[in-house]
Amino acid sequence: MSGGVDSAVAAARAVDAGHEVVGVHLALSRMPGTLRTGSRGCCTIEDSMDAQRAANLIGIPYYVWDFSERFKLDVVDDFVAEYSAGRTPNPCMRCNEKIKFAALLEKAVDLGFDAVCTGHYARLDRSASGAVELHRASDEAKDQSYVLGVLTAEQLAHSMFPLGETPSKAVVRAEAAARGLSVASKPDSHDICFIPDGDTRGWLAERVGAETGSILDRAGNVVGDHDGAHAFTVGQRRGLRLGVPADDGKPRFVLEVRPKTNEVVVGPKEALAIAEIAGARFSWAGEPLDEPGDWFDCDVQIRAHADPVPARARIAPTSDGEEFVVVPARPLDGVAPGQTAVVYLGTRVLGQFTIDRTVSAVPVTVDA
Amino acid sequence: MAIYLDHSATTPMREEAAEAWLATSRAIGNSSSIHSHGQSARQALEEARETVARTLGVDAIEVLFVSGGTEAINLAIKGLYWSRNADGGRPVVVASRGEHHATLDTIEWLAEHEGAEAAWVRLSDDGSIDVDDLARVLRAHAGRVALVTVLAANNEVGTVESLEPIARLTTVAGVPLHIDAVAAYGHVRLDLGALRSSAGATGAMGPVALSVSAHKIGGPQGIGALALDRSTTIEPLLHGGGQQRRLRSGTQDVASAVAFARAAEVTVKEMAGEDARISSLRESLVRGVLDAVPDAVLNGVSLSADDEHGPVRLPGNAHFSFPGCQGDSILFLLDMAGISVSTGSACQAGVPEPSHVLLAMGRSEEVARSALRVTLGHTTTQDDVDAFLAAIPGVIRSARKAGLSERDVAVR
Repeated sequence: MSGGVDSAVAAARAVDAGHEVVGVHLALSRMPGTLRTGSRGCCTIEDSMDAQRAANLIGIPYYVWDFSERFKLDVVDDFVAEYSAGRTPNPCMRCNEKIKFAALLEKAVDLGFDAVCTGHYARLDRSASGAVELHRASDEAKDQSYVLGVLTAEQLAHSMFPLGETPSKAVVRAEAAARGLSVASKPDSHDICFIPDGDTRGWLAERVGAETGSILDRAGNVVGDHDGAHAFTVGQRRGLRLGVPADDGKPRFVLEVRPKTNEVVVGPKEALAIAEIAGARFSWAGEPLDEPGDWFDCDVQIRAHADPVPARARIAPTSDGEEFVVVPARPLDGVAPGQTAVVYLGTRVLGQFTIDRTVSAVPVTVDA
Repeated sequence: MAIYLDHSATTPMREEAAEAWLATSRAIGNSSSIHSHGQSARQALEEARETVARTLGVDAIEVLFVSGGTEAINLAIKGLYWSRNADGGRPVVVASRGEHHATLDTIEWLAEHEGAEAAWVRLSDDGSIDVDDLARVLRAHAGRVALVTVLAANNEVGTVESLEPIARLTTVAGVPLHIDAVAAYGHVRLDLGALRSSAGATGAMGPVALSVSAHKIGGPQGIGALALDRSTTIEPLLHGGGQQRRLRSGTQDVASAVAFARAAEVTVKEMAGEDARISSLRESLVRGVLDAVPDAVLNGVSLSADDEHGPVRLPGNAHFSFPGCQGDSILFLLDMAGISVSTGSACQAGVPEPSHVLLAMGRSEEVARSALRVTLGHTTTQDDVDAFLAAIPGVIRSARKAGLSERDVAVR
């Protein structure tokens, strides 16, 4: 229970469904702030008190479990390391993968619990055979199946998402209000929880260090400078401050971030188009495909709030193992290594991989 | 039925105290008012002060009623510091790192904001002050010490301090000593006057201040006392109407003071018998735990060490480390079984922290995280102990499975 409205309603629904429920708040920082600020809706003392008040009202015991060390190691340090390597990680996915549905779930199972129940918007379909499928939420606008794409069959078997069938967040808020939960009108959180003021660049600059480097075009000409490559992500247009306009006068976008040489490569929007993505680090959200060698039709989604794109995919052998390869029906924009691609069959989450290789749709080597 | 084995956190209010509180709360009058309503409130308050004073070995005028142990400790440490270091010549505050947070955080605050220098005294591995080290610290900072503060008994591991040598050392060094007796009160005989005499203390040196809290002895929460020797001047924390020697302004809480006094009176009267009864229950609890969990460790002083001068371990205290377990898992599992215990200190978010006392005693972080404090009190029965012992084998098995959070996890 984060102290937000979703987990509070999820807990209440689990109680209504007849489960024995215990509220657990994750302490993810050794030095939590006292009061909530801005859009960061978790991890302060105020949030933990909100969670406790909700648990009191629902009538369930409440505890704070400390995962601050694991969170620092597996999520925060990982976030910094990924950015330092020029990749764009998703810390919420990492937290689901390593903390909520791993460290927390394992501890809970060891202490005698059957499942971790959260306020995520996603649906689970349990077949008679016991196999579990992860599906998009009924409310596609709130759907969070993307950030759960890292969960394995074993983790899904021990998960519950009581909000997945809810038609809209408004319904959840109304239900919270009707139940008398004080968090009913608490604002949604949408920033990275461990970056207090939402200033990701400033936060990273403190940890990665900010050093002036060059902005290049694809021919290798220096077209500007920057205060640290880590502050840029592929597809970014704003904040480049390029003094020299492009020859064609069109806006330029970040195409590549090279942390080793502290260089940022820019080019026209067309050059962002990616025709193929692949990654060796993949997992199945439930049952793996029967015939992984063959191409199959699917949808691919590369960000939490991006639209899914129809694609063909397969598991292909590589020199040292195999990788998940996806060829989208139309080129994808703004793909950065380190991002997670989640692969869907209709509403069903099939699995995910971390993008470590892309193929450009426009093999231009020199800017026009 | 729920079983309460966390008496050091707070012990149930004694019936006599609750009745006294209720009766007094119905009376009209501010104890500072001049009219007869005020005078009758004042009479109840001063009788309570006299009673509490007797249990601490001081005169009534030397008892300041405050909001609890934390305020008493803050008033003593900050008050002595500001008074002694007014010209900046005595900035050193001497303490051990095993003190309660009320002490540690106050010293830290003084260091950050008021120029204090903390001088830390080593703890022995049973949790008591290393007196040789204290002597060394006092010599090293001779002439620059604002105050020394020690625990009469450690609230976590239950080690009772032998105060006489510390009283003598501080008296000879000419520095004031504050005694945090919050955990010791009601279990160990406290007599500030006798301690001063035996140390030969005259004037504002040696043992001059002693803090206690009512709810640890069956009084109400929200009231405590600082016994402050009449020769000692301190700066107040609160300014206002000038009540209580101008050291603690604010309308006095008569009902709580009367209930506090009633609890103190009953507790001290029953102390010898209760100490023996609780200590024997504690012995059966410790033996049962060590039988059921052979690698469990009893932290603090061993049970056989009690000497003729009184207990060297608080009679109700059993403090264990369970290797391979996290204290908060054990606490959770016991709570699910209807048994309330403690891991020691928790920060404000409710996150159990590794016991700073065990760390100060030289134990590893892993041992400090596996700590569990079980404390017995005036309502504890053999049935409570038996229920605890019945639950512990299964609880430790599960907690061990859940293990320590540091290990690598994978869902199986």
